Amino acid sequence: MIKLASEAEATLSSFYEEMRDKGAPRLRAAGWASFSESGVPNRRVESWHYTDLKTAMGRPAPLATASRAALSLPRAHDSLRLVTLDGVFRPDLSDIARLPDGVVAQSLRDALAQGDLHVMSALASADIGAQDPILALNAALMQDGVVIQIAPGAAIDRAIELATLASAEAAQSTYTRALVMLGEGARATVIETLGALSSAPAQDNSALVLRLATGARLNLVSHLSGGVDQAIRIASLLAHLDTGAVINSFALIEGEGLNRRQVFARLDGDNAKAVFNATTLGRGRLHADTTLIVDHAKPCGESREVFRNILDDQSVGVFQGKVIVRPGAQKTDGVMQSKALLLSEQAAMNNKPELEIFADDVQCGHGATCGRLDKDQLFYLTARGLPRREAEALLIEGFANEAMDAIEDEQLKTFLSDRVSAWLSRRISR
Amino acid sequence: MLEIKDLRVSVGEREILKGLTLRVKAGEVAAIMGPNGTGKSTLSYVIAGREGYEATSGEVRLNGENILDLEPAERASKGIFLAFQYPVEIPGVATMTFLKAALNAQRRARGEPELQTPEFMKRVKEAAASLGIAQDMLRRPLNAGFSGGEKKRMEILQMELLQPRLAILDETDSGLDIDALRVVADGVNALRSPQRAFIVITHYQRLLEYIRPDSVHVMAQGRIMRSGGPELALELEERGYQDYIAQEAA
Repeated sequence: MIKLASEAEATLSSFYEEMRDKGAPRLRAAGWASFSESGVPNRRVESWHYTDLKTAMGRPAPLATASRAALSLPRAHDSLRLVTLDGVFRPDLSDIARLPDGVVAQSLRDALAQGDLHVMSALASADIGAQDPILALNAALMQDGVVIQIAPGAAIDRAIELATLASAEAAQSTYTRALVMLGEGARATVIETLGALSSAPAQDNSALVLRLATGARLNLVSHLSGGVDQAIRIASLLAHLDTGAVINSFALIEGEGLNRRQVFARLDGDNAKAVFNATTLGRGRLHADTTLIVDHAKPCGESREVFRNILDDQSVGVFQGKVIVRPGAQKTDGVMQSKALLLSEQAAMNNKPELEIFADDVQCGHGATCGRLDKDQLFYLTARGLPRREAEALLIEGFANEAMDAIEDEQLKTFLSDRVSAWLSRRISR
Repeated sequence: MLEIKDLRVSVGEREILKGLTLRVKAGEVAAIMGPNGTGKSTLSYVIAGREGYEATSGEVRLNGENILDLEPAERASKGIFLAFQYPVEIPGVATMTFLKAALNAQRRARGEPELQTPEFMKRVKEAAASLGIAQDMLRRPLNAGFSGGEKKRMEILQMELLQPRLAILDETDSGLDIDALRVVADGVNALRSPQRAFIVITHYQRLLEYIRPDSVHVMAQGRIMRSGGPELALELEERGYQDYIAQEAA
């Protein structure tokens, strides 16, 4: 093993010593070995070129310990909620008892202790995202989270919310991992909520692993919010789709600090379909990085990515998207589009779309644009009586909405548009 | 209603309007005709308040009030409406959402109560039906992917909802087939009233067969060169604009 150099890595090494005997030793060891090869990535690591994690992290905050806080958490939508607070699954704050037939949930800690082979192999999630050091670090240090299994054929109407929250008043590091397995033909809606209840600069590293068996269908909405200037949030999404499986996902990213959302998806069966859309609302000094790899491994897959970055103040957006079409993944149909709207002189966007195609009968395209509000559109709206700021808000909202079109759940769509409106009304009022 | 006196307007370094004077009375439909590139659209933009179209001298008064220092939205709520030659596409914004936002912004600015959804819907539906606009178009993003004719109808729909005091129609006839032209003209005619004035900008006499003007003004080289009654439009149709261009050169 390469000797770890920096203070950051020495601290992380002590975290690993603390976690290595807490279940899944092989998964943790593999993660640690992989992480150790590169350490905390700096700008010289190509996939982290636009996000200097090493500098931002400095010395890692202490590993979170279970908080005893008896909280009452407000509900933003009508869902069944499973809460992981300060790195620990909290049954007392969760709706475990109310889960419908066909849904089994347990804490990650319990699942690791039981060591069920099916769960263990799903957690490792083949080698998806294997090259990423921070995802590997998550595997090495995972403290807790949730494991959900949805029975084959089950159709779960009510959304299941996985809320991963930080409440500590002092800076802390959390490493959480959730696993959602959908059996053959199962259907479900999952809300991934990543947020902060305090203003302490947390360093959160979360992973959501999705395994969709043949014909399974998942609607996923992720909402990343909160955070303060010095906070770091790295949220990874790993999706493995079998034959004919469908994932339709949308993420809303807001808040402050350094935010990186990584999506690693593999369409590993014929006719799988994936939608990964997202809207980022950048304000203050938010650094919002979206890094995405969609890997078409089998024929006739379809993938769609619509990304909208709305960047105000000194916020910075990053989009690194790669669509891979492997040899034999014929008839793949992939469209990836990233558009950024810069609302201030200091805001910046980095777009890096890529295609890697090794099959000859495919349809793949990508587009990336970056611009300001359109003067013609603004004049048109103001000439109809909308004051300048309201006209801007309407255009920004329209721009954000384009990534939300595919959301099927009307209640969730309303929740998300309300968040966008709230963000915009703060802009109008200042 | 509208009084423009010796108006000079530059866009960038170029002077486009060179001392334009025009009066339009309440209840009047004034047609402005003229060759390409003489500043007809510029005139419409200056009245509506577009950024970058700066008046260097002269004045534009609406019911006695100088409007040149007002923001476009303020002018709109005072009753100025511009039907665009090229209506702008606004992706992601449902037509209905836009209509309601615009109407209520104007009402707020005038100190009137906002229109509630049922009453608003009723008005939109009536206006849409009279213009042959399908309901599903109102749910689609504003003008996005609409045909030329659909966009022009949507302009008239907005005019009908917003009930302006002064409506400027900038080449509303361009790109319309004869049936669409009739629908649009009927929409305009239905709005004619003693309290409202229209400025109809067009190249061709054709539109004026459907919207009968009270006065016709020939615009060339950034000025109104001649004013007259409806018969002037017929004369222009026959002789073209050569006289006015020649006159300028001489």
